[in-house]
Amino acid sequence: MTEGSAITDELRSMIGMATEPVIMEVERGAIRRYADAIGDPNPLFSDVEYARNSRYGEVICPPGFFGWPLKRGGMMELLGTIGGALFRAGVPRILDGGVDYEFFLPIRAGDILTSHGKFADFREREGRTGKMLFITMETTYLNQNGDLVAKARSTLIAL
Amino acid sequence: MAKQLYYEDVEEGMEIPPLVKNPTTQQLVKWAGASGDYYQIHYDKDFAQSTGLPGVIAHGRLKSSFLAQLMTDWIGEGGTLKKISVQHRGMDLAGEQMTCKGRVTRKYIENGEHLVECEIWTENPRGEKTAPGSAIVSLLSRGGKS
Repeated sequence: MTEGSAITDELRSMIGMATEPVIMEVERGAIRRYADAIGDPNPLFSDVEYARNSRYGEVICPPGFFGWPLKRGGMMELLGTIGGALFRAGVPRILDGGVDYEFFLPIRAGDILTSHGKFADFREREGRTGKMLFITMETTYLNQNGDLVAKARSTLIAL
Repeated sequence: MAKQLYYEDVEEGMEIPPLVKNPTTQQLVKWAGASGDYYQIHYDKDFAQSTGLPGVIAHGRLKSSFLAQLMTDWIGEGGTLKKISVQHRGMDLAGEQMTCKGRVTRKYIENGEHLVECEIWTENPRGEKTAPGSAIVSLLSRGGKS
């Protein structure tokens, strides 16, 4: 570790740290509300009869929606764990830097997903206002049949 | 829904029909509720300003979702969004118009799938790209197979 690096030994030890699996319930109502919040009128997300007659046979999730956790935890807990370490490293503010999604199968209302998340990488950069730490988190989503439906890579920026 | 897009209709360099959004503070509150992201910089002006922001700003994930809608509207029901990557680079103030745009960068067939890669971005009224990214979609082909 170099002098003044934001990637402290404490943070370095968190690379690879995984969440407890989170069980997510995909409900029609939650899908509808999510699509409505985007302002996306696509009937595949909201019209049950329409979706039944489509190739999906059921209402599907807009990209990026994976239902609601049956119990809070997982990523939020992981963020809680890292929050203190980031504060001690001198980069207490966290911004959402972006996201990469890869979709393998449609997610339908009624699905029960299991997500697994982990810290994949920390990278440091000197920004205009000082140290910036780029934190990459990887999450995989499996459906009730054990099939991989999606992968997400999220970048958090701590500064 | 737009009409169905086919692989044969797409050319490299082609522009995706833009999607215009006007995220008001009301929409940001709806998004907070629907997504579970209750960070106050997205709805509490005093809080946002206390952190040095000029005002309430749109959620990055909402912008990513706008860009996903840009793609799913364009590809039609027979198309499939396979990958989308968005960087939340600049901030967009609530109440400012945001235009989602995109351009085809590559089309190719791989493992029998008719794939199209695009660069995508959100643009503010000053023409600045606040959330650049990319997407890969699989399209229907007039040849029959997707």
